[in-house]
Amino acid sequence: MIQADVVWMLVSTALVLLMTPALGFFYGGMVRSKNALNTLMMSFAALGPIAVVWALAGYSLAFSPGSAFVGSLSYVGLRGVGLEAQGTIPHVLFMAYQGTFAIITAALISGAVVERLRFSAYLAFIVAWVLLVYAPVAHWVWGGGFLSTAGALDFAGGAVVHVNAAAAALVAAKFVGARKDYGRRAMLPHNVPFTLLGTGLLWFGWFGFNAGSALAANNVAALAFVNTLLAPAAALATWMAIDLYREGRVTAVGAATAIVVGLVAVTPAAGYIGPASALALGGLGAIPSYFALIYRARTTLDDSLDVVAAHGLGGATGAVLTGVFADPAWSGGAAGLVAGHPEQLVTQVASVAVVALYSGAATFVILKLLALVMPLRIRGRVEGVGLDVTEHGEEAYTAGDGAILISPGDSAYERLPDALATSDGGRA
Amino acid sequence: MKLIVAIVRPEQLSDVLEALFHAEVKGLTISRVHGHGGEMEHVENYRGTTVKMALAEKVRIEIGVSNHFVEPTVRAILSAARTGEVGDGKVMVLPIEKIYRIRTGEEDQAAVTPVVPPETD
Repeated sequence: MIQADVVWMLVSTALVLLMTPALGFFYGGMVRSKNALNTLMMSFAALGPIAVVWALAGYSLAFSPGSAFVGSLSYVGLRGVGLEAQGTIPHVLFMAYQGTFAIITAALISGAVVERLRFSAYLAFIVAWVLLVYAPVAHWVWGGGFLSTAGALDFAGGAVVHVNAAAAALVAAKFVGARKDYGRRAMLPHNVPFTLLGTGLLWFGWFGFNAGSALAANNVAALAFVNTLLAPAAALATWMAIDLYREGRVTAVGAATAIVVGLVAVTPAAGYIGPASALALGGLGAIPSYFALIYRARTTLDDSLDVVAAHGLGGATGAVLTGVFADPAWSGGAAGLVAGHPEQLVTQVASVAVVALYSGAATFVILKLLALVMPLRIRGRVEGVGLDVTEHGEEAYTAGDGAILISPGDSAYERLPDALATSDGGRA
Repeated sequence: MKLIVAIVRPEQLSDVLEALFHAEVKGLTISRVHGHGGEMEHVENYRGTTVKMALAEKVRIEIGVSNHFVEPTVRAILSAARTGEVGDGKVMVLPIEKIYRIRTGEEDQAAVTPVVPPETD
């Protein structure tokens, strides 16, 4: 055990945990005010059940020695996960660090289904998804599964986290269906400062996500840290340049998106490429997402907060560019196209495709089964009122005018189930 | 001339505006208001505090129209603002004593007749 590594991983774990509330603000600012709490809660709520199922079973499925496709049940209930060294840090700390990844990956999906998915259906979905999709995919790449055997490079989760979540998001957006106002009415972000705040906190937390993935306080961590600074910076600069060229002005929501896209793109590459390559990767990584965002809004796909364009495309571009820029002089082994190892590109493309296909297919099956036992969508009329009131019985912004204090026994209490009757079954 | 005052649900506002523009009603004012129209109050919980929200958010639309525009305007609002549930709101038609257009000083009928805006570049 190395004390410095323990310190860094303790800090990194906290940093990555902070990313999930940050994502809540990033997403929450982009929805309409009547859905602000619901959207924030989709991220915050992941902190609870996902961490619990991760400790109970998810960690075991992902990281215990098992087959090429999934771990075993040997760590179920954290049996055998103690203070002994896992690498140079305590095993429980490694488990907690990986748990924060599972939490944010589940929360990422919510961006595709905000403003119409029932909250209880969301909770059931993310719990099932983490166990059936996230844990096995993490095993494939990081737990000794077939993608790691095949030599796929995914430093901090371009495929495991971002492509994985985005494929699920794509299927979920299609399955749940578009919001009733989608394409008919302008639905504007209600609080762009929230989105910028969330972006700032995401970037801060991402240093733990990427540099922490070195699992040690060493040179690799330093490299990943620097790349996590430079790639989003290049993505932001590129995005603003395109904005200026095309529109003549730079948008704040665009800038926030650019930073996230840059962070996503550098995630698979962070510890494998040099800083100069990180600048190129960030700049190049911004371009597909920029145009995909514009294109998506003209389609019938209501991926409301553009999980596919930002995380899916950003993650896929980053994973492929990892296969281009991976440099043994920096990574100490992994080599990509520019280092004379073009086969790595094929491995990268294949790993992204495999993850996306499995995640999409499994997500469809999970949603199909869930739809048999519970309605997934809120009722159309209720969608107009907003999910804060119907799903949570709270409002994000209320002056309290006309609020009458009531206590159990009042007639309003009896009427509660009526007032909250939000569902009329299935997809609509 | 009449003043049409409509109280509608905020979530119906876009539909109402669309219907009004289709009916070629060009000038209107809206304000966000709170009111109660006999609809079911919803209940909210904040930690241990349970409250009944007796006032619902509504939008008030005010339109000054000439007489022959009253009918189409009211019809547009009625059809676009209706959900069929209690709390859809009201449309009221009030007489107007006098109207002035501030820019030109035009009065009455002339003041509520839309002008084609001059071409600008």
